[in-house]
Amino acid sequence: MLTDIEAKADLKIRARAVSAFYGAKKAVDDVSLDIGTEHVTAFIGPSGCGKSTFLRTLNRMNDTIAGARVEGRIELDGEDIYGSAMDVVQLRARVGMVFQKPNPFPKSIFENVAYGPRIHGLAPRKAELDGIVERSLRRAGLWDEVKDRLAESGTALSGGQQQRLCIARAIAVDPEVILMDEPASALDPIATARIEELIHELRGRYAIVIVTHNMQQAARVSQRTAFFHLGELVEYGDTSEIFTNPKVPRTQDYITGRYG
Amino acid sequence: MAATGGHTVKAFDEDLGQLRALVSQMGGFAEHALGEAMRCLVQRDCEGALRIVEGDRKLDLLEAEAEQRIVRLIALRSPLADDLRDAVAALKIVGIVERIGDYAKNIAKRVPEIEGAGQIEPISLLREMARIAASMVHDVLDAFVERDAAKAKAVCERDGAVDDFYDSIFRALLTFMMEDPQNITRSAHLLFVAKNIERIGDHATNIAEMVCFAATGERLGDRRGAAG
Repeated sequence: MLTDIEAKADLKIRARAVSAFYGAKKAVDDVSLDIGTEHVTAFIGPSGCGKSTFLRTLNRMNDTIAGARVEGRIELDGEDIYGSAMDVVQLRARVGMVFQKPNPFPKSIFENVAYGPRIHGLAPRKAELDGIVERSLRRAGLWDEVKDRLAESGTALSGGQQQRLCIARAIAVDPEVILMDEPASALDPIATARIEELIHELRGRYAIVIVTHNMQQAARVSQRTAFFHLGELVEYGDTSEIFTNPKVPRTQDYITGRYG
Repeated sequence: MAATGGHTVKAFDEDLGQLRALVSQMGGFAEHALGEAMRCLVQRDCEGALRIVEGDRKLDLLEAEAEQRIVRLIALRSPLADDLRDAVAALKIVGIVERIGDYAKNIAKRVPEIEGAGQIEPISLLREMARIAASMVHDVLDAFVERDAAKAKAVCERDGAVDDFYDSIFRALLTFMMEDPQNITRSAHLLFVAKNIERIGDHATNIAEMVCFAATGERLGDRRGAAG
């Protein structure tokens, strides 16, 4: 299985023997894999397979859940993210997250994007902040649609625009990794295509990990695919291989719709 | 088959099953056309030969229907992994089977050309050669329906026998032509018949490669001999 990234220079996140628990229940079982910047990585698998839980271990999102516990080691650029030296707020700035349901703050479009850089002290001057907001909105492919109404509420945008606003918000703090948990599942096909195009454009600049239930979406946006089942990492490899010639029967059963 | 069971969406299994049945039906049709063409050749049955030529249209229609089904399957079911390989293999196989039908038709067309000829010795060799080629077509399509890569590989191994037949028939017909120039026209026709059968063997081999690809995801190793 493709666990080690061949080009070490590309290695961003290195997970080894990671298990995650909710109370006594083991949701992720001994998962080891590498994530790089060169490739978009997709996590697929049936509901309850542990893919979202594993994704959330990558920026310690599960810390906030009572009874949640993580074992194993996850390194970001070689640094243990569960180590005592790790500042969780800084970690979440470096490893951003976009959720299934667009969740803009009930503030203006400008403030949604400016909030992160401001609290992280990235832009002491107004002009710099303006620059960050514009650049982030451009990268998220939203600038042309909102540049004349930055003062309007973020929640007044359409669902697809709200999701791109959330991506702009994630980008604004200049992260190294962007985790996306089913970012397009609540969007129509056109808004979905925009998000997918955006993922394609962001590839290489950020390490991108996307959890999706939509097999075709995983095939379209990712270059690496990891298949999870019952908390285990069953198969991890080149997306084209996984979708044309998976090596493990369980993977084949799932992606061809024979599972369960 | 690596997969353990049917699809959750039963209609998908039905679609795939119908597609396999259609490919199988086309194979049976082509195999029958070849056998009939050889019978007509041996018995100088011009009327029978005409029926084969006309019957080939049916094979073209089946091919068109299969193509339509495959395109619909890809569009509506988004097949992946072994299902995707099956669909792609089926698309290529129906094209090849249609070609095999064309070769049988071409043999049938030559029946009137040798009608007046007396006993030509290599014809019995041709019939034996065609029997092997037809059995290759039969078995390789069974292998497709059963997703049996080993069976498909076994078919490839029989192509050597067809090629050997071609070489000896070629030499025999050459001798025949040199003995008496009056034999040349008929012998040339028989030489084309031999060539057609030899090509059918090659096509059966091509189908075997697609069957192996569909069943295993791996390509068969180096193809033996070049096409000729």
